[in-house]
Parts: sequence; structure tokens; C-alpha cells
Amino acid sequence: MSGWSLQWVAYTTIVRREVRRFMRIWVQTITPPAVNAVLYIIIFGGLIGSRIREVNGVPYMDFLVPGIIMMGIISNSYANVSSSFFSTKLQKYIEEMLVSPVSNLTILLGYVSGGVARGIAVGLVVSAVALVFIDLKPMFPLITLSIAILTSVVFSIGGLINAVYAKSFDEVSVVPNFVLTPLTYLGGIFYSVNMLPPLAEKISLFNPILYMINGFRFGILGVSDIPLWQSFAVIIVFIVILATVAIILLNRGTGIKT
Amino acid sequence: MNALSIQNLTKTYASGAQALKGIDLSVPEGDFFALLGPNGAGKSTAIGIISSLVTKTSGKVHIFEHDIDVEIEAAKSSIGLVPQEFNFNSFESVRNIVMNVAGYNGITRKLAASRTEFYLRRLDLWDKRNAASRELSGGMKRRLMIARALVHEPKLLILDEPTAGVDIEIRRSMWDYLTEINNENGITIILTTHYLEEAEALCRNVAIIDGGQIIEQGAVSKLLNLSKLETFVLDTDKPVQTLPQLPPFTFRSRNDSSQIEVDVPQGQSLNGLFDSLSSNDIVVKSMRTKSNRLEEFFMRLVSQKDGATS
Repeated sequence: MSGWSLQWVAYTTIVRREVRRFMRIWVQTITPPAVNAVLYIIIFGGLIGSRIREVNGVPYMDFLVPGIIMMGIISNSYANVSSSFFSTKLQKYIEEMLVSPVSNLTILLGYVSGGVARGIAVGLVVSAVALVFIDLKPMFPLITLSIAILTSVVFSIGGLINAVYAKSFDEVSVVPNFVLTPLTYLGGIFYSVNMLPPLAEKISLFNPILYMINGFRFGILGVSDIPLWQSFAVIIVFIVILATVAIILLNRGTGIKT
Repeated sequence: MNALSIQNLTKTYASGAQALKGIDLSVPEGDFFALLGPNGAGKSTAIGIISSLVTKTSGKVHIFEHDIDVEIEAAKSSIGLVPQEFNFNSFESVRNIVMNVAGYNGITRKLAASRTEFYLRRLDLWDKRNAASRELSGGMKRRLMIARALVHEPKLLILDEPTAGVDIEIRRSMWDYLTEINNENGITIILTTHYLEEAEALCRNVAIIDGGQIIEQGAVSKLLNLSKLETFVLDTDKPVQTLPQLPPFTFRSRNDSSQIEVDVPQGQSLNGLFDSLSSNDIVVKSMRTKSNRLEEFFMRLVSQKDGATS
């Protein structure tokens, strides 16, 4: 077997392995985001949100939930690929793939698909939890799903690039802790950028996560701070840039070959 | 056809260390070939380049005439690698580890499952198929690496010190298995080893690498003929107080005074040795070679090179 058929079998092997990995440790990978979601929804949505009337014309609890779901998708897509790819480097079983005729594009697609699988799985679990509190019916299901998947792709590729450079688990956690989390919290999960002072609102527009969360919120509620086309454009530009960087790094063997 | 052909291969690491200084090597299809050399000689670097784990600095590598710079997929499909260090996902089951590698080589699930069962049974690991790899003993891990390397049925199997750290029984059974797949399946085998006895017992051709250069290569039998001396250990019936002076033989004492060592020049009759010993009232109860002949040859080559460069 050679060519596309070989790469397809290799791709499905990597995806199966990645899904098996996060399902084997579902207590670590799937349940914490659900617990977090419950806490956020109860504390911010229920206790504090009950004192806030509406944001962008929708009840605060409804406004909050899409952001909470996206937070789970973003952090888990990133964490899945960064920790899994770094483990393959650390335990050296990445050599199984490097000595095999798997192309670097197949490796990238396999890991990203694994990250998307976990991101969407977490998104569905958090959505199920949210159903206890609100009537969650996406107004535009296709937009909702496509924004969720594409955002998950962005952060899965980001996780792989992080893992390529990382030399320790500390370095795997630096970006999520010091870059992703602040950008996510400042990306319009809890508030509309229209509520910010003019300067802060302008600065917020440089945060790519703002476009992702608002695109997702539009899919569910039909309201957004950002035009939908801008959300898609930002996400697609990031996918193209990050995927190009990732392929260049894999082709060079950065962090994985000597 | 050559299974492996290397021309002027060099590797300089980012640190500036020059691991390979332009080696040329040819391994014919069906050969059982040993790459020998002291630690740091460049063996693992060479194998790393052949198997795409290390990026070469310059030179050409062809696997069954597939240039690794041009036809990498075909070249990689021809190779099975058993690396020096264990490189498993420690949480993955034995069966899944082999199945995954089959998948990376484009083997469909059904065929991968039957081949995985075949090789795990053949290497006495089927009972452990559901165990995580971290639960295996060292010998089992070595055998798992062989099963994993064979599951896509490569034409060239490369083993980097495959019997390091395994007991004699497992080592012998691995020798038998490697000989079997070389003879019956026609798989070309290249191994590196520190056990020169292993190379002498298994291989038809060897190359000796030191300091990033091939310093000798050829048929094992031909290289052994280049050896000028063979050393024997003699057990005598009583302590030998004074070493005999019996040219062309050279005697040395050992810690045990009932044992002496003797260097015998190539082609010299052993009858003459025993006649000379008898005339000196030395009775030999038993004798053995001090080490295998390839080892002696290897040590002399490496020490000559060290002497020339120091």
C-alpha cells in the first residue's frame, strides 16, 4: 500500500490512538471542564448574573453559557495535543511514526483531529451540563458547529507547536497559563466589549479569542459584538498561519530530530 | 541489488561534533551484516540517518535503490527498526503498540490484527497482549520491539544493540529467530552490537567504524584471516613457575598460576605448541580461546587507530 491509501490508514490510526488516550483518562480530560462549567454557571450566571439584567438583549445566563462552552473547547483542544505530542517526544515513541512512511501532514492532521475530538467532546459535555440551567437551542446550528470545530483546529495546531518546542512539562503549561487563559478570560466570555471603556474595547479587538467566542455566541443566540464574517476570517487566517508554521517545524524536524 | 547503499555520508551535530566523516557502505540484499565500533564511534548516528531519525549533513543513502531524499515513503516502507532504547508508550497495551505501527505503515486493521497476533505469538508475547508495555520485563520489551519492527514485513531489519541487557537464554533465542528470518524469509539484517561473539556467530559481513570513519569492512571470514594472532588460555596440571620461552609462541602468566596464556601466530600448528610444552614438562589439562577472534581483531584495529591518532 502506498500514497493516499497508506496516509489514510495512518491518519485513522493516529486519530484512534489519540481518542483512546483521552477516553482512557476521561476523569482527567472530560470531567474537570464539566465541573468548572457548573461552578461558572452557578456563581457567575446564577448568583452574580441574577443581579445583571440583560447583555446585548439576552439574559446574562444565556449570554454567559456560549463563552463557557468555548472556554472548554479552547483549553481542551490545546491541552490534548500539547500534552499528547510532548509525551510522544518524551517517551520517544514518536520514533514509531518517524521511521514509518507517515507524512508530516498526516501526523499534523491526526493530532489536530484528536484535539478537535476532545474539544468537541468537552463542548458537548459542558452543553449538557448547561441544559440543566438554560434552554440551550442553537439559533444557527451549522454556524455554531463550524465555529466550534474551526476554533478547536486553531488551538490544536497551537498545542502541537507548543509541544514541538517544549523540553519539559513546565514549558507545555507556560502558554496555557500565561497566554491562553488571560486571552480567554478577556475574550468576551463574561462581558460584551461594548461594556468596556473605548480604549479597552479597541485593545480587545486585537484578541483573536474575542472573534471566536462572539462567532460561537452568534451561532447560539444570534447576537455578537463582532460581524460573523470577521469571526470566520480571523479563525481561518490563524489556521493557515499556524498550520504552515507547524508543517515547516515538522519538516525541519525541530525538537524531534537531531 | 543492495539493501543499503551509503555514499560519503557525513553528520555534524549542532554542537559542532562530527559524528560521521564521510562513510561509504554497501549491504547486499539478504545479507546478515554487523556494524561494529566502540561507544561514540558513529554507529547509532548512521542507523539514525538510515531510518530517518537523524538528519544527515551530506551524502547519499539508498534503501533498495530508493533515495531517502527523493523516495522517502518507499525507503521507509522497506525498513523495520529495533532501536537501542525502549521507546514505547508506557500506557499502551502490547497489542495496540504493534497494531499502531502496522497502521502507520498503511496496513489495514484486519490484516494488522492477524499479523500482530502472528508476531506476538512467534515472539512469546501473545499472553501479554493486553498488558501495558511498562509491565513487561526487559527481555519482553526487546522482543516487543522486534515484533513491532516486523509487523509491516520490511525487507531490511535494522537492530541497534538488540541483545543489550538480556539474559543468555533470551539472547540465544533471539539469535535463532534472527537467523531464521534471514535464512527463510530473506530479510536483510543489519545489527550493531557490543557483543562481538554475536557478530561472529550471526553475520556474514561486518564493517568496523571508529571516530566516524569505516576503518575495515568485508566478510567475517576474510577479516578473521587478517588476524595474525589467536590467544588461548591453558589449564595446567600444576602451577607454572617459570614461563617457557618457545618461539614463535608467546606466553603470559595469569592470576591463577595453574593457568597460562599463549599467543599463537596464524597458521602455526598447535601440535608444535603441545610438543614444545611436553618437552618443558608442562601438562595441559584443558584449553579455551581467551576471547573470540573477531574481538581480538577489533581491539587491535581500534587500538592501532588510537595509537596513530594520539
